[in-house]
Amino acid sequence: MSTTGPRAPLPEVEVDPAAMRHLAEAQMNLELDTGDMILNIGPQHPATHGTLRLVARLDGERVISADPVIGYMHRGYEKLTEFRSYPQVTTLINRIDWLSSFANEVPFVSAAEQLMDIEAPPRAQYIRTILTELSRIATFILFLGEMGLQVGALTPAFYGFRDREYVLNLIEGATGGRFHPNFNRIGGLKDDLPWGWVAETRTVMAKILESCDDFEDLVAGNEIFQTRAKGIGIIPPDVGSAYGVSGSNLRASGVDWDLRRDGPPYLVYPELDFKVWTHGDGDSFARYWVRLQETRESALMVLQMLDRIPEGPVMTKVPRIIKVPEGEIWVETENPLGQMGYYVVSKGALGPFRTKIRSASFSNVSILPWLLRGTYVPDLVTILASLYFILGDIDR
Amino acid sequence: MSHVPLLALDIGWGWTLLVKVGVVAAIIPLGALILGYVFLLKMMSHMQSRLGPMDPGGYHGWFQLIGDGLKFIQKEDVMPTMADRRVFALAPAVVLVSTFLIFVVIPAGPDLVVRDLDVGVFFALAVSSLSVVGVLMAGWSSANKYALLGALRSAGQLIAYELPLLLAVVGVVVMAGTLNLQGIVTAQQDGEIFGFGGFGNPFVLTQIVGFLLFLVAAQAELNQTPFDMPVAESELLGGFMVEYTGFRFLFFFLGEFGTAFAFAALAATLFLGGWAVPWVHGDAANVLGPLVLFAKTMAVAFLMFWVRFTYPRLREDQLQALAWKYLIPLALANIAVTGVIKVAV
Repeated sequence: MSTTGPRAPLPEVEVDPAAMRHLAEAQMNLELDTGDMILNIGPQHPATHGTLRLVARLDGERVISADPVIGYMHRGYEKLTEFRSYPQVTTLINRIDWLSSFANEVPFVSAAEQLMDIEAPPRAQYIRTILTELSRIATFILFLGEMGLQVGALTPAFYGFRDREYVLNLIEGATGGRFHPNFNRIGGLKDDLPWGWVAETRTVMAKILESCDDFEDLVAGNEIFQTRAKGIGIIPPDVGSAYGVSGSNLRASGVDWDLRRDGPPYLVYPELDFKVWTHGDGDSFARYWVRLQETRESALMVLQMLDRIPEGPVMTKVPRIIKVPEGEIWVETENPLGQMGYYVVSKGALGPFRTKIRSASFSNVSILPWLLRGTYVPDLVTILASLYFILGDIDR
Repeated sequence: MSHVPLLALDIGWGWTLLVKVGVVAAIIPLGALILGYVFLLKMMSHMQSRLGPMDPGGYHGWFQLIGDGLKFIQKEDVMPTMADRRVFALAPAVVLVSTFLIFVVIPAGPDLVVRDLDVGVFFALAVSSLSVVGVLMAGWSSANKYALLGALRSAGQLIAYELPLLLAVVGVVVMAGTLNLQGIVTAQQDGEIFGFGGFGNPFVLTQIVGFLLFLVAAQAELNQTPFDMPVAESELLGGFMVEYTGFRFLFFFLGEFGTAFAFAALAATLFLGGWAVPWVHGDAANVLGPLVLFAKTMAVAFLMFWVRFTYPRLREDQLQALAWKYLIPLALANIAVTGVIKVAV
């Protein structure tokens, strides 16, 4: 059958000029036969903070695509929790984000407490909040130096480690563990604060505020650092939210969202007076700047809490053998690296029936393929450093 | 010039040459070691508010670097399977030789110079850029992508920074009227600043722009922060050196500090008057000269390493932009101004 009438016009296709340019470049590369080089960054590479592997396709020094390969450190914590009793689980989840272990314990213990319908005494709540903020400071102050190291300045890294040591000493003084405190108990804390700890903390917070000023001068104020970090790795707010980026990374993109203020109230945050810092740029520098301000803010919050900390017991009455009644619950908190949540399902046994761990870094690195496309190898390192992930937090 | 030259021993040119080579071969590793010790271990650790190695040797860990050297010697000589074996083995030697050759023309006293070349400045700068050949050899023969990226960055950087380095020195050459390093030192010792000859004319005063340009460009030549993109340890893990272990790595390490020492000595000679002290001439200068030169070298090296330990590194394109857009025009302007002043005064 022959066509008689006029042919229907082809549908209009909207062409993305960027895609066209990309196609043209690809065509040119094909004609010139400039083969791509596949560079394996990691799993053993200092910029990946552990065992993240990036398979990057390079055209010269430009990254055409970069795919993160994760799982080298998978320890199966979600499954392991099913074979542990509730008090034992805190030992495991301590090791998810090992730089801020105490902050990992809080949401899980709080989930168990909410299921059991008990509440820790006010003094315990205060101490928990103080230690959470201290672990935030410890994490961020290391970042403030580490980021300098990643863009080539050796000295800030040592300052970061030095200042973190002050904070770790405090955490060790209160809990007995530098990295893995395992200090939370369902219904409160293991111990009260040691004698003289409050005064010592005040001194250290003053030091931290001072060294924040140092970092502002030495790193953030450095022109070379600014040329390296400004405009590099821009995450637009909508893209960031779509990928599930959270925490300081999202706040650096201008999204004013902090679970400490906006989430369901937990610990003593509703009673505190603090500012949520945001930055409009969304680039690596913004992420550095936001974390710098948040370190300061955390130190101020700790000082506030030290003034208000009430007297009283640190442990409520709990049964000798902890059994959590049947039910399920989702508890999320604002951890140093971002939104951290536990979905705990209990069947009334000694341990959880199922636990789902939502860790911040896993979602934060999921944006990497999008973010790294078209950057240069040196910027890749800057971006990785500024996203600030912990491998334990990705692989769990 | 009535004094008797110290090194004019009449033992035949062959023996004299051997003595000179021996002295140079002994001094450079020693200088590099002292430099490495003082700056890498001590100054760096103080700046970074940590102790550094304190135990070996008893006093402030002075034995640490020697111990490190011994450790490197007894390490297994690992060579990648795919490596170009001969080139891989030769590369560290090329780098080290280029370092040694710079010292040939640097005078440490009126008579204390290995070879008093008429084109001394030219020779020193020419052989210093030989090291990039070694770097390229290392990067290519390692059969490692990180090493290759590092070596190519290094080559690109050298091309960009060789120019401001040379142009910065041209100002000095115009002022002194000679390419001979000995002549440049004498010109500084006996010179006058606008008619005032109290303390000679150290070119750091009259050629301050040239001095700063030289320091910046030398920093890039040495692959030191803020221009250490080729070795960027946080991304390229040491660049061209990534596959080297043991003794060969020690060669690179020694070469790095030896070259830093050489450039500091060159800067001291060109801009700070080298071995010269005002009003000291003749044999006294021969005795005092090496000490004075060493002190000045250390002063310049302090500046270099201070910068190295403080700043982050520039990205490759930013680094190129800095060289081509700012340093080279500035150096050219400096030459023009120097020429005008030289003719006018």
